Amino acid sequence: MASLKKVMEDEIACKEWFLPGNACCAGCGLEVALRWTMKALGPDIAMVTPASCLNVVIGLWPKTAPDFPQFNMAFAAGAAVATGFEAAFKAKAHKFPGKGWDKMISICFAGDGGTTDIGIQGLSGAAERNSNIIYVCYDNEAYMNTGIQRSSSTPHGAITTTTPFGKERYKKNLPAIMRAHDIPYVATCSISEPLDIYEKFKKAKSINGTKYIHILAPCAPGWGFPSEDTIEIARMAVKAGSWILYEVENGVLTLSKKSKPLLDPSKRIPIIEYVSTQKRFAGISEKTLIEIQEQIDNDWEKLSTELKCQDEYSK
Amino acid sequence: MIKPELKDFLQSEEIKIIKGNVAAAYAAKSARVQVISAYPITPQTTVVEKLSEFVDGGLMPGTQYIKVESEHSVLASLVGSSMAGTRTFTATSGQGLFYMYEMVHWTAGVRLPIVMAIASRGPAPPWNIWADFTDVISCRDTGWMSAFTATHQEIYDEILMSYKVCEDYDVLLPKFVAYGGFILSHTSKPVILEDQDKVDNFLPPLPDEKGWPHIWIDPKRPLMHGNLIMPSGFYSEFRMKIHDALIRSKSKIKAVAKEFEKTFGRSYGNGLIQEYRMDGADVAMLNYGDLALQMEEAIDAVREEGYKVGMVKLRHFRPFPVEDIIEVAKKVKVLGVMDRATAFGSPTGGPVSSEVKTALHGTKGTALIFPMINGIGGREVTVEQQKEQLKILIKINETGELPEDLLHGTLWHGKLEVD
Repeated sequence: MASLKKVMEDEIACKEWFLPGNACCAGCGLEVALRWTMKALGPDIAMVTPASCLNVVIGLWPKTAPDFPQFNMAFAAGAAVATGFEAAFKAKAHKFPGKGWDKMISICFAGDGGTTDIGIQGLSGAAERNSNIIYVCYDNEAYMNTGIQRSSSTPHGAITTTTPFGKERYKKNLPAIMRAHDIPYVATCSISEPLDIYEKFKKAKSINGTKYIHILAPCAPGWGFPSEDTIEIARMAVKAGSWILYEVENGVLTLSKKSKPLLDPSKRIPIIEYVSTQKRFAGISEKTLIEIQEQIDNDWEKLSTELKCQDEYSK
Repeated sequence: MIKPELKDFLQSEEIKIIKGNVAAAYAAKSARVQVISAYPITPQTTVVEKLSEFVDGGLMPGTQYIKVESEHSVLASLVGSSMAGTRTFTATSGQGLFYMYEMVHWTAGVRLPIVMAIASRGPAPPWNIWADFTDVISCRDTGWMSAFTATHQEIYDEILMSYKVCEDYDVLLPKFVAYGGFILSHTSKPVILEDQDKVDNFLPPLPDEKGWPHIWIDPKRPLMHGNLIMPSGFYSEFRMKIHDALIRSKSKIKAVAKEFEKTFGRSYGNGLIQEYRMDGADVAMLNYGDLALQMEEAIDAVREEGYKVGMVKLRHFRPFPVEDIIEVAKKVKVLGVMDRATAFGSPTGGPVSSEVKTALHGTKGTALIFPMINGIGGREVTVEQQKEQLKILIKINETGELPEDLLHGTLWHGKLEVD
């Protein structure tokens, strides 16, 4: 993983591209995700942000916090607009050669609703075409912008305004769906590991084709925890193994530093420790808790088997 | 058999016997569009097939063609490409246009000069794929300009004219160029494909590196677009400006039609409307699309019989040529307005006849407006039927009596007989 020292030597990374004075809630996980994304990518990008918290927290017109080209967009349109940017940059590179248009990065920065629900068709289309874009899902596990309604990324048992007694179904595994598209790069991140975010985006920047990066970004008001605890909550999700950090480069799965030791189940903290920090799991039944823990253990079991197969195969 | 005098004409390199859809594809090529995005839908398909041949065959160097997974993504991707400062094109039909409706509003909101060909078809259910302009007319209030074309040549010509209008600094709005599904999209006629240099001189140059004057993507001049704006902000004023630009586009459309005629020698009236044998006419029919072309034949026949009839071909639905329609309605005593589209629940049931009545409100000394609907969902309309339609207008003029068989004041002509 990149060291902080190495990051500090990067002039672009030392600059803030998402400026202070924005309208993020205190302890916003999205802000950390966006700041570190931009520290890795730098300003030579075009970002589309379909309807989500990000459309609001950038500030009311005409004030705006992103110090880079950023375009708010209709909910389902994210991936297609990013593809449109890419096509235009290619056309401009043809018409104005040597002016750097071929180096422009097209990026879609969407929430979990805009990705796992309404935007999944466009995203799947872009991935199938292997459009040269970076698609980022910042995942706060519900429609936070509209007032905490369940999305297909909301975890089992979580209370939202549309699941007042806790969500029955499980979180949709979108990174797995993206892996099934055989795109060159899929990665998961947590805002508790900014250097990991930095490193993965640096890598994504160097790869041609569709890159999908899914960042867990806790939401203090939506999940119900004190705003100073955001980073700690994200860290606990990783430690409990409920959010697994990994990357898949050209089909090869690698567990990231913070998740790798958790292949040993005894290294994972029990899910109840994570769940009990958040009001959205208040009053969760013992049955649901057991189901969540079983799901986590199953996921790891599958992952462990896959890694073993991969090792065998590479021998 | 080809008439001998046509042989030279048809063997010319610049003239091709092509489908209406192919004419649309050639227009996009002639306009040197830089980004195309499309999703197949009947009866638009041959537009996108032809463009694939052009782009993949290297005939449009530098042009990017995004083959997306849905119509919503078609217009979304073009919004992205156009914002970045490129000339863009797409084509669709009926359901496809409905599916991209959200982005139709968005495009006008960003003031992007995107041109979209529409091979019009009837809305489902039941499934219908034949000529009916309800699709394009359903986008009436989106801020897009919309043109109806009546011939294969006009499809090609109108797309070229559209880029010139759309990219004008005082307009900067998107535009639909509609034509009847199958009737024009899938039939073949000779079309003059203009010399590339001549087209290049006629059209504005492609956007320079900086992009459009009002929106661009450039890290050195970072720009945001579409932030939330409070009711006390400029939202209302932005909307006012779209309406103002759309109304003011009338003079630009007229000027471009004039310049087109001067450059290429083909006339489309004043650009907004085109009159046919209106000299001394007592009654007239307003038509649009391919049926306007066929109506010319009916007019000739009825004139032959000694009746003073004429026709007005409506070329633009948005902007609506209010002043020209008033002029026309002052010239004749009865003006039939024939819709090949529906506007359920509107005052007449037909979108254009409702529009004409609105346009004339408050103006004295104008014709009686008689709303009619025909050819819905591609129902065949023959010249004989069009002659009948003219006779109905003549009878109204002579007797002052309206036909009995009206549905809420509108004549649906060519209905099936039901027991």
